[in-house]
Parts: sequence; C-alpha cells; structure tokens
Amino acid sequence: MSTNSSNTANRISTFLLMIILGVLALSIVAIIFGVQAYLIENETVALYLFAIGFLSLGLAVYVLFQTRKRVKKMKIEDPKVMTTVECKKCGTKDIREFERGDFVFKELDKCDKCEENKIITAIYKEVKEKEKPFTI
Amino acid sequence: MWSDVKVAFVAGTDIVSQMIYAASILMFVVFMLYGQRIQMYVMIREVENSLRKLKFIKEEGRKTAIETIKEIGKPETDPSSKVDRFLEYFTIAPQSMDPAGIVYKLDHILDVRDSRLKDEVKLMAPASDEVQVNNLENTLEAAMALNFIYRVVRHFYIQGKKTLSLYIIMQLQMILPLVMKEAEAYSSALKAFAYGQPIGDGVGPLVAGKLMHGFETRRVPKDCVVASVPFEGRTALVVKARGPGGNVGKPGDAIKELIEENKGKIANVIMIDAGLKLEGEIVGEVAEGIGAAIGGPGVDAYKIEEALVKYKIPVNAIIVREDIGDAVSPMRKEIADAADSVIERLKSVVQERTKEGDKIIIVGVGNTIGVGQ
Ligand SMILES: [Zn+2]
Repeated sequence: MSTNSSNTANRISTFLLMIILGVLALSIVAIIFGVQAYLIENETVALYLFAIGFLSLGLAVYVLFQTRKRVKKMKIEDPKVMTTVECKKCGTKDIREFERGDFVFKELDKCDKCEENKIITAIYKEVKEKEKPFTI
Repeated sequence: MWSDVKVAFVAGTDIVSQMIYAASILMFVVFMLYGQRIQMYVMIREVENSLRKLKFIKEEGRKTAIETIKEIGKPETDPSSKVDRFLEYFTIAPQSMDPAGIVYKLDHILDVRDSRLKDEVKLMAPASDEVQVNNLENTLEAAMALNFIYRVVRHFYIQGKKTLSLYIIMQLQMILPLVMKEAEAYSSALKAFAYGQPIGDGVGPLVAGKLMHGFETRRVPKDCVVASVPFEGRTALVVKARGPGGNVGKPGDAIKELIEENKGKIANVIMIDAGLKLEGEIVGEVAEGIGAAIGGPGVDAYKIEEALVKYKIPVNAIIVREDIGDAVSPMRKEIADAADSVIERLKSVVQERTKEGDKIIIVGVGNTIGVGQ
C-alpha cells in the first residue's frame, strides 16, 4: 500500500515535469520565432511572439518552483524552544536550549555567584513571523 | 500593422488554420459536456494530495510516539503493536435522547477512558514516572486524533471516488483547509507532548503558577492544586492543574469543592484561559469578559456554573488570544510574555470588583504540561 502510493507520487511528478519541459521548449521556440520576425522587421508579430514566449517561460518556471516547494513542505520542522534560567537573588539571566525534563518553576543547581538555587522562569519558542500582517 | 498580426494568427484558408479552428470548436464542446467531470477530477487530485500529506503526518506522529515510549519507558518488548491497538481506541458518547443527567454520564465515561488509557500507557512504558505517564498519554492521544482524521478523510475520499459524486468530493474539498490546519496543529502538539514542552494552552496554568509559586500547595480533586495567596489585600485561592505532567485536571470539581469548603463565601471567581483568536487579531492579546472560560466537552463548565448559581457568585474571565495552532504547539514568546499582562489585568479586576479582605478564587485553566507550581 505504502509503496504503491509513493509510486503514484513519483509518476505524477514526472508527468508534470514532462509537461513543464514541453512548455519550456515551446516558449523557447516562440522566442526564437520572435527573433526571426524581428529580423525581417515584422515588429508587431515579434512583440506578440516575445510576449507569449516569456509569459509561458515564466509560467513554467513558476510551476516548477511550486512543485519543489510542495516537496519541501512535507517535512515537519521542529521549532527551536528556549529555556530561560534565572536567579531570583542576584538577577542573573541565562537563555539556553530546551532539554528534556525542563519545566517552568523547576529548581536547578546553585547559582555561580550566590547560594540561591537557580530556577526556570520561562520556556517558549520564537517564531519568525512568516505571514505579513493585514492592516485593514 | 493589424493586418500583419492577422496574417500570423487569424484563421486563413490553409489546412493548419482549419485544423486549429476545428480543435477550438471541439474543445468548447468537450468543456460544455464534461466540464463538471473535469472539475471533479481536479478536486479529487487536490483531496488525494492532502490525504497523502495527512498520511505522512500520521505516520510521523506514530513514529514519534513509539520512539518516545522506547526512550522513556524502557519496555522489554517492542511497543509498536500496542501503540497501534491504542490508536484505534474509541469512546462512545452517552445516549442523549433523554438529556437529563447526561453531564454526569459523560463525566463518568471520560473518567473511565482516562484511567483506562493511563493503565495502558503504564503497561507500554513500565519505567516512566507519573509525569512521564501523563506526557505519554497526551502524546498518544494526539497520535490517536491524527489517526482518526486520516481515517475519516480517507473514507470520504474513497466513497467519492467510488460513487463519482461531485457532492461527496465537494464537501470534503470545502472543509479540507480547516482539517489540514487541525492536523498540523495536532502534529506539533504531539512533538511538544513528547518532549514535555509547555504549549500555548498552558498560559492559564502559567499565570496561576506565577501567583502561587513559593506558597504552600495542597491537592484538590481531581489532579488540581490550590494555594492560598495574599493578593491586593484579598485572599486568593489559586487553582491550577497539577504539573508539570501533561494534564488539564478537573477545575470543575476543584472549584465546586472550594466553594463548598468556604460555604459559598467567595466574592468572585476569575478564570484565566487561552481563547481562540480570530484571523487578523494579535497573538497574545489579553481580553476580559464574563462567564466560565473553560473548553473541553463542557462537563467542567457545567459543574462550575452549577456551583456559582447556587451561591450567586459572579464569574469573570480573562483570556489570552491565540489560534488553534498556537494553542497546542510549544508556547510562543508572545504568549509567555502575556502572562505578566494578565496578572496586571487581574489586579485591576480584583480592585474593581471586590472589597479588601474578600476571598476570591483564581483559576488557571488549560493543559499544564511543562509548567510546575
Ligand atoms: Zn545568584
């Protein structure tokens, strides 16, 4: 079952790739014709052919990148989670990566400067805001 | 100039132009007769892609769960088959033809489910302590939810393909973006549960923990802790689920017991919870309102409202806005920072709504995973 579905995935992507390559070839042909038309001073036709050529070229490249992006998206990324360790007495603050077993209000070993135990005050992940905010 | 273009593009009398003309007429007829069918195939393709992604997410979740059990629980045998059995567990909701008393029936069913799942986890992972059992149970429940979503989507996909009914496919395709969002949320929740990281929903317990930290706590039913804390000249009974294991407790039972203990002499109940934000609102925004701010199946909200009505105790709510993805994935910095502004808001609510010397209850609602006290 699983091998079957992965085969379909491959077949679809090669099929799509062939279409994209076809469009790419056609767009290049259109551009070449455009150059030819330009050389025989048929400028309007040249303009149209250039427009069609570049438009389909752009479209093919766009679709290609879209499929690449979709393949990348299948990976689930782990967010980076940070732990803030503080000493309440002398106020030293230290931010390190999360380790298994950490929890907020957990008491850790003694502070380097004083006799007080350090404590975890916050655990959070920082998100790079990908989407732009809507200002309506 | 236009005649040049005409020469190049418009149908002439040569054979090529005639063929292009015939082909365009044919295309028109094909789209008219089979347009809907083509549209349906496009939709099926779209659903298929999502289903494939769902399967990937589900398998990934199962793998994470098994790895975590192996790492923490140190089982003697391979837990895979037990995990697979666990993922297929179902719960039958009580009959609601005569809804009187259904809350306690549902409560009972949920209790049985909870203890059954915990027993199962203990068998799977014998070396784990109480905190880890709670975390593992949450991890497996997230995997269970992913498995369920996958199965339901697959059901409608296959049914749609078999019947070739546009309406079955369309229904599925319409809700798919929301389903995918939920699945992604569960998948990040699963990771957070497996590592024991606090999640966005834990902002309520985080605030309660900040208030009660350093004071003596005692346990109240079920899986909750309470501390008596001086707050702005009032005595606050601060309640949260017992951490740092993944646990929501039963704040309904806890509040009911505290109110009964004080014979109803409670000036105000203030509940702090994560609230669903609408698209376009800012994550970590604090809002204030009235009512029992608690999610879940409604059992706890019912019990709290019952106890409040009995003694006519006012109830206020403070929520931190976040979307479903933020609520179940590791806590964002904005939400962690919001805890301090919640405490500021809490102070003003207490000053406005109660008198000095009053006794109040402050409840931090939510999953307390990764948050101690
Ligand atoms: Zn220190």
